[in-house]
Amino acid sequence: MPNLSFAAPTSVDEAVKILAGASGMAKMLAGGTDLLVQLRSGRTRPELIVDTKRIPGLIGIREESDRFVIGASTPGVMIYENEALTRAWPGIVEGMDLIGSEQIQGRASLAGNLCNASPAADSVPALIAARATAVIAGPSGRREAPVEAIVTGPGQTSLQKGEFIVEFHVPKPKPHQSDAYLRFIPRTEMDIAVVGCGVNVTLDGNGVCTDARVVLGAVAPTQVIAEEAAAALIGHKLDNDTLSKLDAAAGRACKPISDKRGTIEYRIKVAGVLARRAAAIAFERAAQR
Amino acid sequence: MAKTHVTTIINGEPVEFLCEPQQTLLDVLRDELNLTGSKEGCSSGDCGACTVIVDGNIVCACLMLGAEAEGRNITTVEGIAEGDKLHPVQQKFLEHAALQCGFCTPGFIVAAKALLDHNLNPTEEETRYWLAGNLCRCTGYDKIIRAVLDAAAVMRGENPPSPAA
Repeated sequence: MPNLSFAAPTSVDEAVKILAGASGMAKMLAGGTDLLVQLRSGRTRPELIVDTKRIPGLIGIREESDRFVIGASTPGVMIYENEALTRAWPGIVEGMDLIGSEQIQGRASLAGNLCNASPAADSVPALIAARATAVIAGPSGRREAPVEAIVTGPGQTSLQKGEFIVEFHVPKPKPHQSDAYLRFIPRTEMDIAVVGCGVNVTLDGNGVCTDARVVLGAVAPTQVIAEEAAAALIGHKLDNDTLSKLDAAAGRACKPISDKRGTIEYRIKVAGVLARRAAAIAFERAAQR
Repeated sequence: MAKTHVTTIINGEPVEFLCEPQQTLLDVLRDELNLTGSKEGCSSGDCGACTVIVDGNIVCACLMLGAEAEGRNITTVEGIAEGDKLHPVQQKFLEHAALQCGFCTPGFIVAAKALLDHNLNPTEEETRYWLAGNLCRCTGYDKIIRAVLDAAAVMRGENPPSPAA
């Protein structure tokens, strides 16, 4: 890296200006838990690194009347220590908290996990299931996009040159709405998802599902919104017939690869099992509020 | 290539250094500041041998740029003891012989100290999960966990029997 430079802007506008002036590849730095590994291995060779963490609002969680605003670079430790967010969206917090060790939690962020664009990113499915949006700053101002519109393939995002995520907006749960995230790994900690599944459900007063999103990770080039799986839940209580339909539909939504973590057949099977289990947790949580 | 001038606090002392953009905090600690207690194991955030405390949170110094240290408050293993007086975690590591080769020990000491700063009464399970980001290939972890739990007891004012007794 003969010509690498480092900038730590203190406003969004300054960051946009610095990025606009960069001739070569620029990388945004949040927690660096992916970026620094890629720098060292030579997998990425940027000419500019822009530290986002001195920009006001990029770190922190704000509660507004109808939503949570989560700064893009907020580390995992601040997310799992936030009681209001944990109460509102336990699944989102579970997903983030599953990433890496306590040391990684001290640095890793939602925007970093999303923009690293791994199909196995643990924090992403529950965010998509909650219909969260990303606020993006760039040379032509600000825009807002659903989280599922960011990742376009492994390591690829829809962010244009000079754009970066400033914050996430997560709507507050409605009555009887909750979520859950489960991932499968062959051990208890410190591993990459074989399959991940976020389920977000809204129930009526009788425990019948009125709205749902089922989002799978690590079973396709991007996170998958399993529409048919959600449809299997809507209009039903979580009985055995509904669970079977959910299981089958989740499996059909998968387009996985075989790799050292699991075969195609195994991932499809596990996706169905995780969808059942995550739905059971989400239904139980939703019924309790 | 422009070096970045950084002013920060390390182990309670104001420190200034110049670093290149790609230098990690671990590179700076070891190569520029001669604080070689933090070890370089994997350089990818997996082993925890370079664990330091930054503004109250443990991080891997290999996954943070030196330039990011501006204005932060950093504690390395060199800052854990108070002068000649070992921290209870250090004392209990000695008493339990919670190390063999010792390479992972600085990271464990820093991570365990941070755990006890947050929680003086951790369960064994909480302690094992907290230290899951620190790898030890010698001890099998058991002595490390016992040392940390004993250190917690000492810090709570209890008087656990010395394992050698």
